[in-house]
Order: sequence, then C-alpha cells, then structure tokens
Amino acid sequence: MISDTAAVQIKGLKFAWTEGPALLDIPAFELAAGERLFLRGPSGSGKSTLLGLIAGVLAPQAGGVDVLGHDMASLSGARRDRLRADRLGVIFQMFNLVPYLSVVQNVTLPCRFSQTRRQAISGDPVEEARRLLARLGLNEEKMLQRPVTELSVGQQQRVAVARALIGGPSLVIADEPTSALDADTRDRFIELLNEEAARYGAALLFVSHDATLAGHFDRSVDLGEINRAGAIA
Amino acid sequence: MMNASIIGLAWRSLLNRKASALLTILAVALSVALFLGVDKARNGARAGFDNTISGTDLIVGAPTGQINLLLYSVFRLGNATAEISWQTYQDITAREDIAWTIPVSLGDSHRGFRVMGTDQTYFERYRYSNDTPLVLTQGERFEDIYEAVIGAGVARELGYKTGSEIVLTHGLGSAGLTDHEDRPFIVTGILEPTGTPVDQTIHIPLEGMTAIHVGWETGTRSPMADTITEDMIRDFDLTPRTITAVFVGLERRGSILSTQRALNTRQGEPLLAIIPGVALGELWQVTGVVERALIAVSIFVIAVGLVSVLTSILTSLNERRREMAILRATGARPGHIFTLMVAEAGLLGLVGSLSGLVLVQLGLALLGPVLSSSYGVQLQGLGLSMIDLWTVLAVTGAALLIGTVPAATALRRSLADGLTVKL
Repeated sequence: MISDTAAVQIKGLKFAWTEGPALLDIPAFELAAGERLFLRGPSGSGKSTLLGLIAGVLAPQAGGVDVLGHDMASLSGARRDRLRADRLGVIFQMFNLVPYLSVVQNVTLPCRFSQTRRQAISGDPVEEARRLLARLGLNEEKMLQRPVTELSVGQQQRVAVARALIGGPSLVIADEPTSALDADTRDRFIELLNEEAARYGAALLFVSHDATLAGHFDRSVDLGEINRAGAIA
Repeated sequence: MMNASIIGLAWRSLLNRKASALLTILAVALSVALFLGVDKARNGARAGFDNTISGTDLIVGAPTGQINLLLYSVFRLGNATAEISWQTYQDITAREDIAWTIPVSLGDSHRGFRVMGTDQTYFERYRYSNDTPLVLTQGERFEDIYEAVIGAGVARELGYKTGSEIVLTHGLGSAGLTDHEDRPFIVTGILEPTGTPVDQTIHIPLEGMTAIHVGWETGTRSPMADTITEDMIRDFDLTPRTITAVFVGLERRGSILSTQRALNTRQGEPLLAIIPGVALGELWQVTGVVERALIAVSIFVIAVGLVSVLTSILTSLNERRREMAILRATGARPGHIFTLMVAEAGLLGLVGSLSGLVLVQLGLALLGPVLSSSYGVQLQGLGLSMIDLWTVLAVTGAALLIGTVPAATALRRSLADGLTVKL
C-alpha cells in the first residue's frame, strides 16, 4: 500500500438528486491515509449522500472524488463495487446486521463478496472473525450463538465494527454509528473503533451531528464549512 | 464459489422466513403432486389395461360397440347386451385359420366379484402382460361342474382357501333374494396375482354356469326349481345354449384382418370381432380428451403455485430494503443481489417440486394397493420416470425465471437506495 496516497480526495465535487438544487458543492476535501477524521454535519446536510459518493454507490455529476487513488467518476459501477468490496468497511447508524446470519457469519460477510478480503486473512476467516470480536469484547460463546436480532444495540454496533475491519480495508466509513448508544457505551465504542482502525492502518471517516465527539479524533471538519451548497441553505 | 456462497445466503434468508417459505413450498408441492399424480394415474391405467390381455388376437361377441365388448369381456366392466349361440361358437372354433378359442360366459356374481364360466383352454391359452400364462398358487383347476378357481384378489378379500364353499348370486346384485344357494361351489384352486381383472374373478366351468341356472330360465327362480334334484341336473345336457364372448387365437397372426372381416361379415348370426389392441386404442382416444383437460388444469394449478413463489418474494422485498443496503455496503454487487433473489425463487421451486414428487410417490405407495384391489388394474410404472425429472427441472426453471421479477425490483431499489435506507 502506498501510504502517501490519500484515502479520500475531493476536488470540485458537485452533486444534486435528479430534481432539485445542488446538495453538495465541495471545492476541496482530503482524508489522508490512516487518518482518523471526524466529519460533523447535522441531518439533512447531505452527509449520507457524501458517504454514498465516497463508497461508490452514487456517481457524482461533476468533479472528482478520488478514493484510495481511484477516480470514482471514471470507474464503472462494477469497478466501484469491487473497490468497495475489497478495500472499504461501512458501519451504519443502526440495524447493521443481516438478520438471518449468525454473529460470526455477519462478520465474515465481506469475505463472501471479495476474494481480496478473504486472501488478506492469513488463516480461517471464521477464526479471524472470532479474534476481532474478542478484541471488541464479544468473546462470550453464548452471546455469539444468539440470533443477531437479540443482541443489544451496543453489541450489534461492535459486530459491525468487526465486519468493517475484517480483511484489513484501507478506509472505514462510519455513519452516525453511536447515535443509538448511551454516553458511556458511546465513548468506549469510539475508543475501540479508533484502536482497531489504527491497528489495521485504516483511514477512518466518522460522521456525526454530535460535535462533542470531535475530541476523540485526529482532526475535525464541519461539512457546513466545506460544502458551499450547504452554506447557502 | 461465489455463486455457492450466494445460494447459501438465499437458503438462510428463506429459513429466516420459515412460515412464508413453507407455505409457498407447500403450494408448489401440491400443484406438482397434482400434475404428476394425473400423469401417473393416466400412464398407470394405460399400462395396466394394456397388460391385461396378451396373445389373444380377436375377441368375438354379439354386435355392440368394440369398446363395450372389450370392457365387459376382458375388464368385467359393464354388461353384455346380447350373447352368441353355442352353435355359432362351434362354427368359429371349427374355422381353419383359428388355432384356439376360449369361451367366456358372464352374468353372475359372488359378493361383488364377477363370475366367469369358461373351460380348460382358459388356463392353457389365456395370457396377460407379455405372454405370461396363468399359474395356480394353490390347488388345481376345476374338474367337476360345482368347482371354482378364484383370482388372488378374491381369495385375499374374502379369505377363501381351497375347499371353501361359495354361493353365487344371480346377476350382479348383492347377496340376498337371488342367491343360487341351493347349488354352492367348492374352491379347488387359487390363481397367482396378475394385477389384472383375473384377480377379481371367480372362474367356474361352463357346465356349472348352466347347472345353477336350471329352473332360472325366466331370469328368476321358478317354483319348479325346488323340485329338480342334483341327480336330475347331472343327467341334463349341460352344454350352454349361449355364451358371452370368445377369445380367439389365430394360426397365423398375419391373417388377423381377414379373419376379423370374415367373422364380421359372415352369414347367419351377426357377430362382432375386435382386435384388443385396436379397441384399446379407440378407448384411449375417447379418454384422451379428458386426460388432456386434466393435464391442462393441473398445469394451470402449477402456474398458481409459481405465482405464490412470486408473491412471497415480492411481499418480502419491502422489509428487506435494509438487508439489501447492508449487503451492498459489505461488497455485494448488483449481480449478487439479483442472484440472491433469483436463487430464493429457484430454491422455493426446487424444494417445492421435489416435495411434490415425494408426495406423489408416497401417495401411490399408499393408494396403489387400494386401487389394484378395487379395480383389478395395477398402477404400473410407479417408480421415478423422466417425466418426474423434467417436471422438477421445468418448475425450478420457471421459478428461476419468475424470480427475475422481484430480482429486478430489488436491484433497482438497492441501486437507488444506496447505503441510506431509513426504516
């Protein structure tokens, strides 16, 4: 991995849904490799759309989003999908898990879709999943056997972290992952997420409306400040 | 590898919605069972009928429809409307192109089983299922006028053994007022099971048939009958005056059409000579219309079963938007989502049609013996056939095809939703 390639580099990005004014107009933004960044933005500020563009499920209308050295606009949908499968981890606000898979199967899910992720693990993906879960404090065998829908929200979010990190992705995107957690659990969760992302050398883009969390991260950016369209609104 | 893993996901997803998946599988299974059941019953009945008579070139009786003559003479279904005279029977037997004849006289019954008067040639010449002769499992052929040889089904149903006494009933009514109780018959032999109406038949000598009807010339028992003693009967000429039909074997099978024409156009008592295979063919033509209607109906029922596959997956899509977004976020490509949906439909179709297949096999295993004992026709070809295989493949294929509808919907939605589904 070339460490000086930025994890995310945005230059003159513009995006609007089919009928409506520009939602995003970002002249410049960068997330360095291995950097852990806090992106603050209230709901409706277009941060989920920005994450969709970075994750490659949405295509920008103008300008460039470079993710891990790839110009997303010039990649085909299939190539963007491949990039996401191979090198990105995503954590949602809640309901992160596939209800019909076990805890371990949820964690190993990216290995089903990506050869690269599977090969990045030296041993058995199941063993790797258990190691990851154990480091996140989920090592109780009884808990691992339970249907994922019966886990607490905090436990579900930690399973999602393990899934985002399995197979060593270069970039982890977390979209309000702590909004459903209470204050104690939240701080512990962010510490764990930071520790694990650092262990894998993954850049972390942590998005939240809650400015008080900014202290946990290397750097903090306000979406309202970098997004000119948002400033107008 | 990748596809196997998606099918694994599809399977787990179905298990997660067990109740709905089971109902859908049941709908498909029942529809496939109906289709295969109709097909099996049709082929089984045909094979059973086709196997009932073999080696008999012509059947001769009084003029009637050829299907009618075949049904009452061979399958004991329905009744003869007229008989042929003993003299005519003698004339037929005397013909040079005819090798052997079996006289058949029907009309009486015993507790629901038909009684057939015949002679020794029946045991020597009658063949079923690819030239198989009749074999006695117990006792011997009838020799005296009041002796009877019964089919395996009669023996089993009524628990008769050699030496059992049976009282015949005049006509086909249930036992009662019209019993020939004054002249019981002794069972001397029991035939091996044949899977044909022979199993349901009580065979007696032609003379026995005549003897029990002495005093019944008017159709009911005359007051005079009681005054006739056993010795008097034995002194009578017991040669029957009429018989119902004649099974004919030819010297050369090549002459079958000319002999048939000669018999059909001969001077004197009018006759109808039929070729069993041709008459059966005509019967299948008649029943074919009904069969095709049944098949068409059962195909529509399968279509209904497949629609339930579609319904069950389409209704699940709304509650699965989140799941799709998670799968996309963890690296699933649109093709994976599509394959997942199609695989779910395919699995429902496959498991459903296989269950239907098992259902039919179980049903036939349970019902087969009942059918064969009540109708004397064995459902043949019960085992797995190519039709079964093709049906499973076709239903699974159709389910896969149908699966592309919800798959396309899921694909479109997951592309539009991206990673942001608010539920």
